[in-house]
Amino acid sequence: MNNKVVKTKNEVIQKRSLLRSDSKQKLLTFSSLIVMFIVFSLASPNFATFNNIVGILLSTAVNGVLAVGVTFVIITAGIDLSVGTVMTFASVMTGVFIAFWNLPIIFGILGGLAAGALCGFINGSLIAKMKLPPFIATLGMLMMTKGLSLVISGTKPIYFLETPVFRKISMGTVFGIPNAVLIFFAAAIIANFILTKTVLGRYTYALGSNEEAARLSGINVDAWKIAIYTLGGLFSGLAGVMMASRLNSAQPALGQGYELEAIAAAVIGGTSLSGGEGTILGTVIGAFIMSVLINGLRILSIPQEWQTVIIGAIVIMAVYADIIRRRQR
Amino acid sequence: MDEVLVLMEGIEKRFPGVHALSQCQFELRAGEVHALVGENGAGKSTLMKVLTGVYKKDAGRIFYKGKEVEIPNPRAAQELGISIIHQELNLMPHLTVAQNIFIGREPRKGIKFILNENEINEKTKELFEMMHLDLDPRIRVSDLTVAKQQMVEIAKALSYNSEVLIMDEPTSALSDAEIEELFRIIRQLRDKGVGIIYISHRMEELKQISDRVTVMRDGRYIDTVRTEEVTIDRIINMMVGREIYETSRANPETNSQDVVLEVKNLNRGREIKDVSFNLKKGEILGFAGLMGAGRTEVARAIFGADPIDSGEIYVKGKKINIKSPGDAVKCGIGYLSEDRKRYGLALGMDVESNIVLANFEKFLGFLGRVNTAKTRAEAQLHVDELSIKTPSLQQKVKYLSGGNQQKVVIGKWLVRDCDILIFDEPTRGIDVGAKSEIYKLLNDLAESGKSIIMISSELPEILRMSHRIIVMCEGRITGELSTAEATQERIMQYATMRE
Repeated sequence: MNNKVVKTKNEVIQKRSLLRSDSKQKLLTFSSLIVMFIVFSLASPNFATFNNIVGILLSTAVNGVLAVGVTFVIITAGIDLSVGTVMTFASVMTGVFIAFWNLPIIFGILGGLAAGALCGFINGSLIAKMKLPPFIATLGMLMMTKGLSLVISGTKPIYFLETPVFRKISMGTVFGIPNAVLIFFAAAIIANFILTKTVLGRYTYALGSNEEAARLSGINVDAWKIAIYTLGGLFSGLAGVMMASRLNSAQPALGQGYELEAIAAAVIGGTSLSGGEGTILGTVIGAFIMSVLINGLRILSIPQEWQTVIIGAIVIMAVYADIIRRRQR
Repeated sequence: MDEVLVLMEGIEKRFPGVHALSQCQFELRAGEVHALVGENGAGKSTLMKVLTGVYKKDAGRIFYKGKEVEIPNPRAAQELGISIIHQELNLMPHLTVAQNIFIGREPRKGIKFILNENEINEKTKELFEMMHLDLDPRIRVSDLTVAKQQMVEIAKALSYNSEVLIMDEPTSALSDAEIEELFRIIRQLRDKGVGIIYISHRMEELKQISDRVTVMRDGRYIDTVRTEEVTIDRIINMMVGREIYETSRANPETNSQDVVLEVKNLNRGREIKDVSFNLKKGEILGFAGLMGAGRTEVARAIFGADPIDSGEIYVKGKKINIKSPGDAVKCGIGYLSEDRKRYGLALGMDVESNIVLANFEKFLGFLGRVNTAKTRAEAQLHVDELSIKTPSLQQKVKYLSGGNQQKVVIGKWLVRDCDILIFDEPTRGIDVGAKSEIYKLLNDLAESGKSIIMISSELPEILRMSHRIIVMCEGRITGELSTAEATQERIMQYATMRE
């Protein structure tokens, strides 16, 4: 009897320390963001200005939406390399609907979202039904959408000259904050709700934690996997529409490289590439770390080549810190 | 309380090349704990997989509560009320206890997609109260002990209103106090009328917990007896069987006194507990025991593949400190793992490369150029010596038969001049003809002065090959037998001798 009481106590303690370790990790990433912010503010008077901060927010918006989408996929222990070029494909499709076919803007937006979701659906089907490794399936999708964007647009940017309202989607402002930023926050809040409160979110974690156990519990693993990749694609589609609006054009040559930044943001934010772990808040913080870093280094006039080197090193450090944390547990 | 819940009869199951179940029967009544026992490979798990819809039976009938049923998939079994708790637990470590229990059928609220977290926590709490289990539904499963995780599995099975609960070796990872707790819950379920099928290797446990015992051997049903009416010896007797009892014994104890390897007080976590033994020159030392007894763990520890907590290892009287497999090889210790495809061979490479790969430095010439004439000669030497059947040295290893693959692994270690060879299940997955060749090879190696540790779960093989037999159970050496003393019964007795 005595023994049992002690054990329960132990478990309570374990649980508390676990909570502490999880929030500690988030606190750590958040405080590194703050520290970076302070360092750059001190290093350059041009950093902590309203305009620059709005610039940071704006550049985080598109990357952040991509990172939020890819977070779902990574939690299932999968990967989506196609988010960047699917984004471009979606913006080209938006351009086709609005500029080529002169359809109402709303159809352009829905068309972009649908294009993204369709790519995600195909990714998911290749992985769940045809059992392709996620790395390969989405690498193929990366190349295909990259090529298709160029083919469809005739390798030239598609400009939204006839529809000035389109640009407002991203660049309109509320109290000086661009809409794109607000869309990003709204998307993150919705994503967080889906991940923590809905069946889809629960199964996202379940698949990443132990896919076989999920299957044996009667979960239709294939269908949910497709749903999760489709959702990821939908976020890429949203990013595509935002991107097109921000540039007031669909740039078909853009996109490659964005996937790695998105994955890096998720990983810096504590999403585990081996699955089962990750939060939207973490990913959002991760995305901000990336863009604050890029912006700060640029303001300090560090050459772009070196910026890339530094970011690479940061990603490695972040993942290593995660490994250390896991080992201690 | 005497209602027959499950009745299986005439069950047949064949896999390519194996008659896994032949005319098997089984009966489970409500409110009984029915133990199912047999040696490794006797067909217990296969029979249970047929019952739970994992495998399709080739012939035979299954009745559930008197009605004939077909169980085409695990879901169907679950819906009938048959749940299985696997040896390796099927939980999602990142989710909480309650989330695990209700995975796949979460209560929803509002529109259909929103989870009702409070409800699953409440329901789980009720479930635990019913089981008299003190556990917080909101703890993450990864933070629980294995014993508690097992309780979660049981709770999950009960939440499906299961009337038949199958437990596959539930106590293999539990401490004594935890086993008591498990038994308390099993008895409680039994008293409520749940039928429990209990698979275990631990004989004294059967006496404690089971009402009846069914024995299987070589895919066949042997007998069902009331536990209180039989002795443990009798059960072991039935498990081992009479017909394979008289195996010709080739190897008497060696009179060599030359100790080449001595292990003293080896410890590693719960897997290896205070293991001491020695190995003499030219000896084949058999390591017997049931799956999970810690034999492979001991081998891996000696080979430096896993770190040890404490203990000393002496090779030829000299104390050595093995930190990695590389160190072990330098001391002349070779380890041929159980799963040679995964650890022992580069399947896509040819025979020659596989043999020489492990000791490549030996064949390097000026500026690291590989001396192909030398590698070819060396490989050919071993191919001849071991009579590996291969069309050429350039044949890819994956196209060789299991027995010949095993020989390639052996050749690999011979190139390294290892004097101490540890064979882990050397004949697993090898057909009978190749088996006897491997046996001959082991004997030849021993005669030529190599010392061999042979881990095997096949008792006839242990009896036939060993000069001396060490039996392990739960990380401990529970007995040492000379070939003169050794019988299958005695080995099984030691192998099931729990603390």
